[in-house]
Order: sequence, then C-alpha cells, then structure tokens
Amino acid sequence: MKQQTIEKTVKWCFMGIALFSITVLFLIMLFLVFEGLPILNHVSFKEFVFGIYWYPTSDPADFGIFALIVASFLVTLLSGVVAIPLGVMTAVYLAEIASTRTAEIVKPLVELMASMPSVVIGFFGMVVVAPFIRKTFGIPVGLNLFNASLMLAFMSIPTICSISEDAIFSVPQALKEASFALGATHLETIVRVIVPASISGICTAVILGMSRAIGETMVVLMVAGGAAMVPGSLFDPVRPMPASIAAEMAEAPFGSEHYHALFATGLVLFAFTFVFNLVADYISHRFRQTGEASL
Amino acid sequence: MKKTIALICVAVCMAAMAASPALAGELVLKGSTTVLPIAQRVAESYMKLHPDVKISLSGGGSSNGIKAIVDGTADIGNASRFIKSKEIKLATAKGIYPVPHRIALDCIVPVVHSKNPVSDLTTEQLKAIYLGKIRNWKEVGGADLRVVVISRDTSSGTFEVWEKLVMKKARVIPSALTVPSNGGLVQAVGTTPGAIGYIALGYLNDDIKALSVNRVPGTPETTRNGLYPISRPLFMFTNGWIKGRTADFMNYLLSKKGQQLVEEAGSIPVY
Repeated sequence: MKQQTIEKTVKWCFMGIALFSITVLFLIMLFLVFEGLPILNHVSFKEFVFGIYWYPTSDPADFGIFALIVASFLVTLLSGVVAIPLGVMTAVYLAEIASTRTAEIVKPLVELMASMPSVVIGFFGMVVVAPFIRKTFGIPVGLNLFNASLMLAFMSIPTICSISEDAIFSVPQALKEASFALGATHLETIVRVIVPASISGICTAVILGMSRAIGETMVVLMVAGGAAMVPGSLFDPVRPMPASIAAEMAEAPFGSEHYHALFATGLVLFAFTFVFNLVADYISHRFRQTGEASL
Repeated sequence: MKKTIALICVAVCMAAMAASPALAGELVLKGSTTVLPIAQRVAESYMKLHPDVKISLSGGGSSNGIKAIVDGTADIGNASRFIKSKEIKLATAKGIYPVPHRIALDCIVPVVHSKNPVSDLTTEQLKAIYLGKIRNWKEVGGADLRVVVISRDTSSGTFEVWEKLVMKKARVIPSALTVPSNGGLVQAVGTTPGAIGYIALGYLNDDIKALSVNRVPGTPETTRNGLYPISRPLFMFTNGWIKGRTADFMNYLLSKKGQQLVEEAGSIPVY
C-alpha cells in the first residue's frame, strides 16, 4: 500500500471515532431534552423551576423543583468553601514547599483518594459522620446539608489538588528565579508570582472539582437526608437534584408526568454543569499565561 | 452406514427431547423489593426440587413488576400493591390480562428509637406527626424531644400504603427525611433518638422499637384477622390464568411449605 493511502485511512479512522463519540453524547443530550420538555405541558416553566412543593406521586401532583435546585446549589457552594482552600493549599504545598521525597509519596496518595468509590464515602458519612455531627452539635439528625457538603468536599479535594498541583508545577522556573532575584521571599513569590501565573489551571481544577460535587449522586442520596424543602439552617436535611432523580426514576411509570419531570430535573442539572464549564473555559482563556512576559 | 449413524443420532435426540419434563425452562420474576425476599427463598427451594427450572429474580419496585407483565418481559410480576386502573387500561390495550395472586400479607409498623418511652400511638396521632402538627414527643406522652419524621421515598410501595392508610392522601411535611430502603430506615431510626419511621414487619430488629397502633400491636395474628390497621396483601401478577411451570411454582408458593418460607422471609402467610 502506498504511504499516502495509509495516511488517509488513518485520518478517516480517527475522524470516524471522534465523530462517533461526539454523536453519541449529542444524542444523549437530545434525548434528555425530548424527554424533559413534555413536563411543560403539565406545569409552566415558572411553576416547575420556582415551585417549592415536590409531591410527584400525590394526586394532584406538584412538580416544583426550587427546593431541589437550592439544595444542589448550597451543597456545592458549601463543599467548595471547604474543598477549594484545602485543595489549592495542599497543591501549593506539594509543588512548592514540600521536599521532593514528601511530594513523591503524598501526591500519588492524593491521586489514589480521587479514585475512592463514592458509595464508600456515602456509607462513611451515614454510619460514622452522621452520629458524630448529631452528638457534637446537639441537633436532632445527622443526615443533613452540612454532612453532605463535608462528604462532597472530601470527594472533590483530590481532584482540585492534583490538577492545581500540575498547573503550579508547570510555572516556568525563570519566573520564580526572577522573583527571588528581585529580593522577594518564598511566601511573596508564591502569592504574587506562582499562584497568579497558574491561576487558569487552578480555576479549571476548582470548576472540575465542583462539577464533580454538583453531579455526585450516591453521596447525596445517602447522607443529605432527602427532605424536599428549602433549608432554613446548615443542619436541615436537603434533597439535591441527582438524589431525587436516582431515588425516583426506577418507580416513575414510563412516559408519565413524573418521568418527564425527572428528566426535566436532569436538564436543569445539565444546564448547571454546562454553565460551570463555560465559566471555566472563559476563565482559563482570559487568564491564560502566554509566554513568560505577560504577568 | 453413514445414514444409519445419522438416523440413530436423530432418534437419540428426539428421545432426549421427549424425556425432558415439560416444566423445564426459565421463569422470570420481577418487581417489588418487599416481595423479593419471599420470592428469593421460594425460588431457591423450588429450584432444589426442580433442578431443570432456572428462576431469575430481580427487584425494581411494584410499578416495574407490573410493567414487566404488561411488556411481557417477565412471567411473574411482584407487587406490594394492587394494580392501578391506569395500568389495567395499558395492559388490556396490549392484549394482556393481568391476574393477581395474593401470596402473603405484610404489616407496616411505626418504629422509634429503642430508648423512646412512647409505645402506642393512634392513627390520628401518626397522621398529625407526619403532617408536622405534632413536633415534640411530650405532646404524645414522651420525653421533651423534637420529633424527627423519617419517611420513605414517594415511589416506594411502603410509602404508598402509609400514604393511603395513615395519611389518608394528605401530604407528608416537606421537612421529613426520606430514605430509599427499609434497611436504610432502620439504620436512620436506630441512630437518631427522636426519630419515627415505618417499615415492613419483617425488617424489625433489636435496634429499633415497634409501636402499637390504636393499642393493637402489629403481629401476624392481628394482620390476618384484620385488627391491625396498617397492613396490606402482597401480590404476584401473571398474564392470564397460570399454567405450566408458572402454575407449578405458584402452587408451591401457596402450599404449606411455601407459606412457611413466606414466614421465614419475614412476611405473614395468607393462612
């Protein structure tokens, strides 16, 4: 066979494979839209998104997912508050401060933790953390917003840490040396030079970590408590969107209003993660470090 | 010579086919997780008696069990509730005639933390608790402790029975915790001092305490004689009247031995 023919075949092969995976994903998205939109025949968009009562099997049923949206949002926000500082600081420590030997041991450990199955974390939260929280804070129940956020934070820390670490580690040595040469201390160099230089990578890490938290199902199903209400305090039980979908989908009759409502909830969830990724994309372009002189 | 061998082969094959009992084959059961432990025990014991029958079992909930009968993906659909008129319409439209078989009874008991002094509630009190009108245990003669209402997911069969028999179709307060399984509920109630929940009688263990309802304790006797207010029959649905191996299996389940297995699974025999 001629070299050119081989080149062409390989090119078409790769294009086919790439097209295939993109098409499949696109079709799943279309499916989500087509299965979710019919709910608007039963309730208005406003009632669906801002309705505070979720009674999908009552007669008459109520399909308001506001409480679920708020729950997802709060759980993600709170887990971010815990996970972002911890994850980024661990990354800074590993890339800049720790000795090579420590970093070599700790980094794989952190990456190993990223592969922890979520059901294990959920079980831990349910059996160990829930009673602990209940006793420590003297509250009636340990399965709540706080517990779920904590567990999600544990899940996203490894993601945030390991991607940030890569970003920080890849900051050009010359920048650091220049900073030292100007008389900056190590701390000043980290805060003023290294972190700003790797900010786009750190942002990507944060957004990826948060996407993982917002889409996470098993953990919130097990430890969030599952009450479909807008929480009044940190220790109220909540019912984030993925938990609601997972718990109810198996029993929702095919093609019923409930079934469409769950798909529409999935659509809202998808919109959330989509916006997350757009923001991540924007930030990583906006603050991209091009060359060493642009800082 | 070759011909004779071929003929012998055919003969042997036919003989083998004729000799195999008519009951051999596969039996598919799908549906309610409440019926699952019963079906599991009976299936195991039935397969020991009839090694040529393969029974495959799966859960997925009552609605899925009935759906499986309507779609023809199972021989037997398990359900912890009776078929809904919507589902009957769907089935008859497809030319399917679901037949219910009452195979066991189930009794749903309200449960509290083992250290809770309250031991009896009326159905009205239970309803008021789940409506959020009673918020402290001292209102029903207990300690000064906030009531933590724990419910099951709205799609579970146990929830449907509770909604029908206790709530009388009124809505459980939104702040009630929901748990996706009987086992999860036992875990949650067992570790929360102020909790109240409800489970199928078979899941009762020493970590939690069952309450009597209207002064009637939930037991097999009170369920069978109808005194206990929160009980329900469990069903297996088939397409049309049973025959062949489905009939044989069902007869076994309703025999004395089968009903004994029902009891071992934590449900209540029909007789």
